[in-house]
Amino acid sequence: MDIKDYKNVFVFAEQRNGVIQPVAFELLGKARDLADALGEKVVALLLGYNVKEEAQRLIEMGADEVIVADCPELKDYITEQYSQAVYQIITEQKPTIVLYGATTIGRDLAPRIAARLNTGLTADCTQLEIADTEEGDKQFRMTRPAFGGNLMATIICPNNRPQMSTVRPGVMQKRQREEGRQGVVTMFAPKFDTARFKVKIINTEMKNTSKNDISEAKILVSGGRGVKNAEGFEKLQALADTLGGMVSSSRAMVDAGVVDHSMQVGQTGKTVRPDLYVACGISGAIQHLAGMEESGYIIAINKDKYAPIFSAADLGIVGDLHKIVPMLNERIKKEIEK
Amino acid sequence: MNIVVCIKQVPDTTEIKIDPVKNTLIRDGVPSIMNPDDKGGLELALRMKDSYGANVTVITMGPPQAELILREAMAMGADRAILLTDRKFAGADTLATSYALAGAMKTMDYDLIIAGRQAIDGDTAQVGPEMAEHLDIPQVSYVINAERLENGNLLVKKESEESIQTLEVEGKCVLTVLASAFNARYMTVSGIVEAYDKEVEIWGADKIEVDETKLGLKGSPTKVFKSFPKSLKAPGEVHEVSEEEAVELIVNKLKEKHII
Amino acid sequence: MNFSYSKTEELFLQMIRSFAENEVKPLAVEIDEQERFPIETVEKMAKLGLMGIPVPKQYGGAGGTVQMYIMAVEELSRACATTGVVLSAHTSLCVAPILEHGTEEQKMKYLPKLASGEWIGAFGLTEPNAGTDAAMQQTTAVDAGDKWILNGTKIFITNASNADVFIVMAMTDKSKGTKGISAFIVERGFKGFSIGKKELKLGIRGSATCELIFENCEVPKENLLGQLGKGFSIAMKTLDGGRIGIASQALGIAQGAMDETVKYTKERKQFGKSIASFQNTQFQMADLKTKVEAARLLVRSAAWKKDNGVPYSVDAAMAKLFAAETAMEVTTKAVQFHGGYGYTREYPVERMMRDAKITEIYEGTSEVQRMVIAGNLFK
Repeated sequence: MDIKDYKNVFVFAEQRNGVIQPVAFELLGKARDLADALGEKVVALLLGYNVKEEAQRLIEMGADEVIVADCPELKDYITEQYSQAVYQIITEQKPTIVLYGATTIGRDLAPRIAARLNTGLTADCTQLEIADTEEGDKQFRMTRPAFGGNLMATIICPNNRPQMSTVRPGVMQKRQREEGRQGVVTMFAPKFDTARFKVKIINTEMKNTSKNDISEAKILVSGGRGVKNAEGFEKLQALADTLGGMVSSSRAMVDAGVVDHSMQVGQTGKTVRPDLYVACGISGAIQHLAGMEESGYIIAINKDKYAPIFSAADLGIVGDLHKIVPMLNERIKKEIEK
Repeated sequence: MNIVVCIKQVPDTTEIKIDPVKNTLIRDGVPSIMNPDDKGGLELALRMKDSYGANVTVITMGPPQAELILREAMAMGADRAILLTDRKFAGADTLATSYALAGAMKTMDYDLIIAGRQAIDGDTAQVGPEMAEHLDIPQVSYVINAERLENGNLLVKKESEESIQTLEVEGKCVLTVLASAFNARYMTVSGIVEAYDKEVEIWGADKIEVDETKLGLKGSPTKVFKSFPKSLKAPGEVHEVSEEEAVELIVNKLKEKHII
Repeated sequence: MNFSYSKTEELFLQMIRSFAENEVKPLAVEIDEQERFPIETVEKMAKLGLMGIPVPKQYGGAGGTVQMYIMAVEELSRACATTGVVLSAHTSLCVAPILEHGTEEQKMKYLPKLASGEWIGAFGLTEPNAGTDAAMQQTTAVDAGDKWILNGTKIFITNASNADVFIVMAMTDKSKGTKGISAFIVERGFKGFSIGKKELKLGIRGSATCELIFENCEVPKENLLGQLGKGFSIAMKTLDGGRIGIASQALGIAQGAMDETVKYTKERKQFGKSIASFQNTQFQMADLKTKVEAARLLVRSAAWKKDNGVPYSVDAAMAKLFAAETAMEVTTKAVQFHGGYGYTREYPVERMMRDAKITEIYEGTSEVQRMVIAGNLFK
């Protein structure tokens, strides 16, 4: 293999039911930076059935070219069907980098392709960059967490091409959409070896998303004594709804009979580890902290500036939650609509 | 029915801490455990054994100490255990690891291979699918249930972000399993008493069907350029500001963290 | 001498720790507060073979060792002392005497069901007027030709409400004193046998401690355990074994309280620093840790002797005496380290302190242990 033959940054533009997934746009944003650093093109791969109209959107989000494989075999994701199509495109086009979303689809497809191409794959990257080496080459460096997030490792793939990585949704920044941006759309017709199709979909059941286990929630808006009563919790619930999260509570409000025990965080309640924990009117007794201190990002709103919760919080606001929470809710709603 | 389950010994990453002064990982005293998703895979295999009768073989690639998880697997109910250990395997990335495991599978008589979705020390979720590719058999990942149909095919349920999909798989395949779907059984006391009376087969590179140049470090396309501990959480900031300013502060942080 | 666990014991420890942590600990508060026998836990233990650890395979057991059995009692008690004593009373006080003194027929009849956990075992020695002075038995057994007729009352019987098989001591010849006591295997359904009132206790509140009432209770002839008149000796030997179990229970309680205190004192901040960083905390905890380890060595050494056929009666007494008093000291100090919180039910240390007290009392009080140790010393 002559690695000089490999050019351009490819993005697997994942779609589900014809809808391009947000992670694809995020990857395009990153791919744009990488391609610019290399002086190469960003190419999106769009596989599916009746999806080619979506190609222009990918161009507007940063792709220079979109290769579309549009056929009934690719309507729903099945490993082998998609692997054959992606493999054929990659072997023909010889990209230097291929990015996939670290979704259940990307993490199923990418390793299959890596093994078929005999190349390297780095999972769940949080940082991707092109670095100049001492030899004057441009090197693709992929950084990812390991050991349960305790260690970061920067991985390179020096001698094999393409260099591939998966990236978790929400990690990269998508670009501002550039309406009317021009690019090339190329159709690709995969040649399927149907003898290798051994898996068929019997049915797909959408999950009931109204989960009510707070320990599963990615976002928790949690209330303590400062919330006072059920009306106070309604304000928290409204914010949680806007953020797509759930409401939890400290022990004080459970004991007061305001909320159910299943919502309690802490020593005698549940241990939670959401990405975002908004502690409203919670003083932060150690029994409470023990149940939530591992949360990804902690915001505390409390009137008492000496409340121990502030020592555990990433962002502390001294103020009245009864005023701030509703204002915050309205503000975030506007932000999401943008 | 012959089921082979791939298991891995991993450090219990929930027990790893960072030295706050030196900013290095503290690995001393961190227990080694059977990777949770792999244990879920073993549970699925043992349930299939309970339902249909099966011979369950566990295989692990690792240093000699990895024998411990094979004993554990036998105490849970596995029938046969293989330790794939050889200096030639050292330094393998996921591609070279999956290649070696596939090489071992090729010497075995199997109907189904089960692996965990991912290992908690690497979290890559790549070895199962890559092994399936080397063996040229299909895979289903994120498996939460599997049963055998009368025609011999497997009916497999997989969980994705928004759905649960039921798939029918024809012939041999690799399933990668989620621990959360399988509350793995405990070892039994009699299983423990007998675990060290059974043989653990030790296989080196010469026992399996591989091209040795594709093993270990030299068979690995990816290299670790550098590694470093994740920086410690910075002390938080506390603001005493107007409500309007507070809302702006929060919204900006949420945007920065990609939460909104 | 070997102070490390064998590979098999290491594997067993891994299993029982995770079982205690995941299955037993979550129920500890509930069974204490509701004073409820943890029947669901016993069913889970049964499935894993925990109810017959030291029972040979030919009697349906797991073929393990006494050492493994006492490790189980320790680890269960670390999470929940009630669960620990359920296993200890079943194994030491019912399974062991049948295994050690039973006929082949009795072993074949009772051990498979006890070892599989289908049946739960208990032991009846104590009476209202025969506590530490166990020789004052008033329950009688009269030879009625093809059966024995038992009359009397036993009190403070662990596991009683849920047990299926009881080892019961009764006077068969009052004129012979302790040599007139015999042991019987009594099944729950025997005519004339009933379970009396349940005690309300300070600690181990999930363990069902009840009266046994014998009113012309009919026991088949073949259910005499051991020889006629050997009941007192069987009871004493059984209690020797039982003491290793209770010592392990005490050790588990002490260890559980240590774990909680280490965790709490690291988290709890006063005067701007964690209370674990105060030298008072460190020195007291160092002393407690040393005592817990010393207790563990005594317990393991007694179990090793029992496993290897070496006399262990005095070792068991020393292990129980020291482990029980250590448990009481550790749990009392654990509550103190927790301060006001320690006195509340929000933290488990108050329960552990209540649970620890019984280990200084049952299966021979600490005073009885001292009598055993001194009796041997000055013989």
